[in-house]
Amino acid sequence: MSQNKTNSSKSFRLPLPVFHPDFLNEAAAASTDKALHAALDNSVTKKDYGRRATLAELPDPDGLRELAGLIKRFTLDHLDYYLELLERNVIARGGKVHFAADNTEANTLVAQIARFSSSKLAVKSKSMVSEETELNQALTSQGIEVVETDLGEFILQVDNDHPTHIVMPVIHKTASDIGRVFAKFFKTPYTNDPQELAEMARVYLRDKFRQADMGISGVNFAVAETGSIVICTNEGNGRMCTSRPRVHVAIMGMEKVIPSLDDLPVFLKLLARSASGQSLTQYTSIITGPRREGEFDGPDQFHLIIMDNGRSKILAGDYRDTLRCIRCGACLNACPIYRKVGGRTYGSVYPGPIGALLTPLFNGMENHKHLPNATSLCGACFEACPVKINIPELLIHMKEDQNKLGITPSSQKLLFRLWSWGLKHSWSYILGQKMQKLMMRMLMDKDGWIKKMPGPARGWTIERDFPAPPKESFRKLMNRHQREQKRNKKKNKPQAQGEGQNV
Amino acid sequence: MKVSLFVTCLTDLFSPQVGLAAVKTLEHFGCEVDFPSAQTCCGQPAFNNGFPEQSRPLAARMIRVFENADYVVTPSGSCCAMIRDHYIGLFKGDPAMEHRATEFVAKCYEFVEFLTKILKVDLSKLSLKQKTAFTYHYTCHLRGLGATGDPAIKLIKQIRNADFTPLEKAEQCCGFGGTFAIKYHDISGAMVKDKVACGKQTGAGVMIVNDAGCAMNIGGACHRYGAPFKVRHIAEVIAEALEPLTK
Repeated sequence: MSQNKTNSSKSFRLPLPVFHPDFLNEAAAASTDKALHAALDNSVTKKDYGRRATLAELPDPDGLRELAGLIKRFTLDHLDYYLELLERNVIARGGKVHFAADNTEANTLVAQIARFSSSKLAVKSKSMVSEETELNQALTSQGIEVVETDLGEFILQVDNDHPTHIVMPVIHKTASDIGRVFAKFFKTPYTNDPQELAEMARVYLRDKFRQADMGISGVNFAVAETGSIVICTNEGNGRMCTSRPRVHVAIMGMEKVIPSLDDLPVFLKLLARSASGQSLTQYTSIITGPRREGEFDGPDQFHLIIMDNGRSKILAGDYRDTLRCIRCGACLNACPIYRKVGGRTYGSVYPGPIGALLTPLFNGMENHKHLPNATSLCGACFEACPVKINIPELLIHMKEDQNKLGITPSSQKLLFRLWSWGLKHSWSYILGQKMQKLMMRMLMDKDGWIKKMPGPARGWTIERDFPAPPKESFRKLMNRHQREQKRNKKKNKPQAQGEGQNV
Repeated sequence: MKVSLFVTCLTDLFSPQVGLAAVKTLEHFGCEVDFPSAQTCCGQPAFNNGFPEQSRPLAARMIRVFENADYVVTPSGSCCAMIRDHYIGLFKGDPAMEHRATEFVAKCYEFVEFLTKILKVDLSKLSLKQKTAFTYHYTCHLRGLGATGDPAIKLIKQIRNADFTPLEKAEQCCGFGGTFAIKYHDISGAMVKDKVACGKQTGAGVMIVNDAGCAMNIGGACHRYGAPFKVRHIAEVIAEALEPLTK
């Protein structure tokens, strides 16, 4: 279960559920987990290379990402207009729209819709927003059975576990892990053969699809112009959830709206490529309202729940660019830190680089002091992002905010003040150099390396050796070189021409 | 052509031979290199830790020290990226300094960038004494500089007796990240071990690493855990190949 602060009668929930919030220790454990690293290289690193290869097929991938970012920025700048347009058009096509201020309200709305439609069983396709709200627990506690139909999410539901990746929820489990989970759940003999396991899930889920009263889905994109929602899946479960049951409830974060159908291809070209190196997901559904008169297929009712849960506050601030995110997971796949610690370490619904920003933004920076700091600022996330969110810049900005809010220990501030002062003057720079050289050359062993750095720098030598500075700094070498050059010039003065500099 | 060298605080103290090799290379290709000795640090560590107010005076100092330079060349990609990405923004609201920062940014180049874009060097007449197998680590801040790593690889391949094997996950960060390597050393350690393992796989004798921080990190791991390859800046390799010609 997650940790959500509650106090007395009025229960206060954090916008995002937090699981095992001990980043440092989780990261330390994960950093030595070679099996985890191998699993991650086999999944996320491969997907990152897939992204690069399939983007290279496009004539101007960078231009396309620029355009996608601009469309998102424009939409966010006029979000109120586009949400109202979306609402109008969904209603015009026979759907209903509900605005949920926070996670609790979103869950309440789904439960109400279930009650009013006498829905006892709901099948669900993947929705990160529903993970935010912990929808499954809320519905189950009210007597409504919910079944995840994305295979990865199904495994997690059955095992009472949490997703560790935005797109591939179960990469932290091996086939053997899944085999054990299914043997326990289905009470069948153990197998770790992926095809057998998939078949077991398929047969079970087929029954649920047939019996379900309600289908719950996420939304990849909501098109304001037509009142449509777009769902992209590889398993087809999205289609099954939204066509068979009588009632379809779609939940979205309010930032998922795009202006028109003309904008959709920009994002469709980028989404699957960025997420998994596919040119398109196997199934892309554009759903506009419930079944119309005279049509055979489709639900009787279509409900769209548009959730805030802290997004409007983010929109009003310095971090509004994070709302461009289309939840593709490309930044996770590219991130060298994610590749070593895995999603579980972040302890949040949203891991990886985007999660390092979103989690403190939603839940308060004081609750997540490590997330924006555990970065080498390598920029791989920014390079991967299909909507060009400058994650490294925003992480630095968040560190600035942490410093201003006093979340950073004051020793840090003092350290950098001293450091900066020392570099402002030549004499203190040279003196500092000399002192460092003296101290480090005292600590070094016979081949010029330091095995144990003192004080605040000891973290370095826990993992690797530290080079001691050579006897002579560059300045000394340069002085000597310049003197030599002068001497050579004087020597060669009579033959000044034709030095033959360029070979 | 007059070039001013920005050696960087790390290179000055920890890898001075790289600075000298860069100077010798630039001089060989027709540059008059000077070294404004009042230079200290670009201010990146304070900036990356969210203390721009501590970074600003250092940036102002840099701009002042190099005011009269035609070209400013640095062997460190991350310092160049700091200047390009953040120096103008640091002086937002101060039009005079913004202007000076813009002019400074326009004349800053990373070493390989300068060799290929401005000097347009051809290294095909250069030769190493012994056949050497190279691989190449793509330093992260090259992303910001718009290079794809290819210019440095092209240069290596031009030199005679230089063989090249690509590094697996070449563009994956080595785990330095400045204070990250100390504060989150577990993660950093795992990252650098991965980099060394990939280096071992290439069978190369030399890994080209064009940034002092990366070199200290990867070199330190090689020394602790043992590795069959040395870590070198491309300037050192070129300077070595130039030796017979300058004698």
